[in-house]
Amino acid sequence: MSKKVKAAIIGPGNIGTDLLVKAMRSEYIEPVWMVGVVPESPGLARAAELGLKTTADGVDGMLPTLQEDGVQICFDATSAYVHAENSRKVNQLGAVMIDLTPAAIGPFCVPTVNLAEAVSARAMNVNMVTCGGQATIPMVAAVSRVQAVDYGEIVATVSSKSAGPGTRKNIDEFTRTTASGIEKVGGAKSGKAIIIINPAEPPLIMRDTIHCLTIDEPDQEAITKSVHEMIAEVQKYVPGYLLKNGPVFDGKRVSIYMEVEGLGDFLPKYAGNLDIMTAAGLRTAEMYAEEMLAGRFVPTAA
Amino acid sequence: MDLAGKKVTLHDMCLRDGMHPKQHQITVDQMVTIARAMDEAGIPLIEVTHGDGLGGASVNYGFPAASDEQYLTAVCKEMKNTRVSALLLPGIGTVDHLKMAVDCGISTIRIATHCTEADVSEQHLTMAAKYNDLDTVGFLMMAHMVEAEELVTQLKMMEDFGANCVYITDSAGYMLPDHVTSRVALARAELRPETELGFHGHHNMAMGVANSLAAVEAGANRIDGSLAGLGAGAGNTPLEIFIAVCDRMGVETGVDLFKAMDVSEDLIVPMMDDMVRVDRDSLTLGYAGVYSSFLLFAKRSAKKYGLSSRDILVELGRRRTVGGQEDMIEDLALDMAKAQGEN
Repeated sequence: MSKKVKAAIIGPGNIGTDLLVKAMRSEYIEPVWMVGVVPESPGLARAAELGLKTTADGVDGMLPTLQEDGVQICFDATSAYVHAENSRKVNQLGAVMIDLTPAAIGPFCVPTVNLAEAVSARAMNVNMVTCGGQATIPMVAAVSRVQAVDYGEIVATVSSKSAGPGTRKNIDEFTRTTASGIEKVGGAKSGKAIIIINPAEPPLIMRDTIHCLTIDEPDQEAITKSVHEMIAEVQKYVPGYLLKNGPVFDGKRVSIYMEVEGLGDFLPKYAGNLDIMTAAGLRTAEMYAEEMLAGRFVPTAA
Repeated sequence: MDLAGKKVTLHDMCLRDGMHPKQHQITVDQMVTIARAMDEAGIPLIEVTHGDGLGGASVNYGFPAASDEQYLTAVCKEMKNTRVSALLLPGIGTVDHLKMAVDCGISTIRIATHCTEADVSEQHLTMAAKYNDLDTVGFLMMAHMVEAEELVTQLKMMEDFGANCVYITDSAGYMLPDHVTSRVALARAELRPETELGFHGHHNMAMGVANSLAAVEAGANRIDGSLAGLGAGAGNTPLEIFIAVCDRMGVETGVDLFKAMDVSEDLIVPMMDDMVRVDRDSLTLGYAGVYSSFLLFAKRSAKKYGLSSRDILVELGRRRTVGGQEDMIEDLALDMAKAQGEN
């Protein structure tokens, strides 16, 4: 059996548990710790059943044995408020932090667009932007790698059931962080993000619309090809990433209509927004792990 | 119906909801001229922003003729008695927009969410409530989509976040007077007595005035409307008509009816691109329970892809789309055009 990099998941909620299910299948990652704060958390119980070490004392409960247990990668699936502290603590012990919260203290990472860059920069903390960002920034980048995009705008529509209390309490973080990712990673000169929550039953599958305004007349053939190629890349880790319609060309507007269905590992299939986050987080960890296993990257205490 | 002696605060929507039929192209000068005339007519409160509220400027909803900041700055400084409000939909605008609007001189901020999603307004209502003297309003859209009990639970959430006034908003113009009565009456019974209660109607089923009267009777004290009905779909409750009815019924509005009529006839109607009225498509909005600002988007997509706008609207209703999902319309039209091609 090939050697794997050991990892810890902080946050045993829906996201953390879905990530755990995915990580159990990974060829590069071996989840060994699940960290929570509530002793009776069902997520901790599930992780313990699967053979992980668990603690309800937060990151501090894992730190004393982190190095001894060989943890080199941590995922934070808690909240933006506690992320910075979590990250500082595990970085100090030489573990890379993959941030699934909207804290965004490290560089943004969207696997199909700039993962190689982030890994080669040896960043000790990378941020996964937002669910809407993971679902749409690849499309903005697919247009901007063909020709200059003056303005990129995305509309993410998610089912009410898949929008957790964290997202709801701080919805402005979503719009700000996603807009910033559209610019920094997507390559649009300016970016805007809109999120709509729809309570319809049965819950709707995550929908994403991407509008780009190009500076010059869009090269329809090249953009269409680029979009299809990028979708194929994303599908490698999110098979349910589907082009519904488009690219539609209307003057300098390029519009792409997507639907994102999740794998249904722990989260329901309609929650493609959450699935794409956990899948992107795991994909990122795997790239780091490959570098570590090949001896090209030895994370060191910050 | 005996409403004699009741007092209502009227809130005109021409310069915000009216931006929808104008495709957000009302100019700053037009806004200032209209706002001054409304001030002169004694309208106590007017709303000014992009049709989709602060930060609405986008490909998805349309880019306006001027920025929210330009509109608000220009209008606020001209007002003698009339106060100015701004609308904000969390998910579209942020607290940064809210701060900007306060700096421009608004007196009222209205935070709008879908009728089941009030918890996304916590951040914005909490911040708004911290300003001294900022009238803080929670605005629940598409209120026909839930029963009265659920709606009131959501209104109370907004009240808890700091709203001193909450609204029942018939964004689709779907409600009939009985729907309004049951929701407003339950809200009035359950909310704190000091919390104001408002109703925002659309005229898609020609129920704007009747529904607003039902709301007043059941305990609402703020009523939205727009002169000449300039608003999304078949427009808002036509305000000059509502004022006339209030005068006849002895409801106090403080507005000069004839001056309001003149603003409507001399300034608003001549500005319309198309007559805002109940027609086949706007009636379909009300009948099918569809967000009123989808109207022009459906018409445009129907034209572009050779479809019936009524078919598009009915399907949008069937899919239980909510406010802000304008992006769904072209996507759906493409699907419908494909299906048509296959037949």
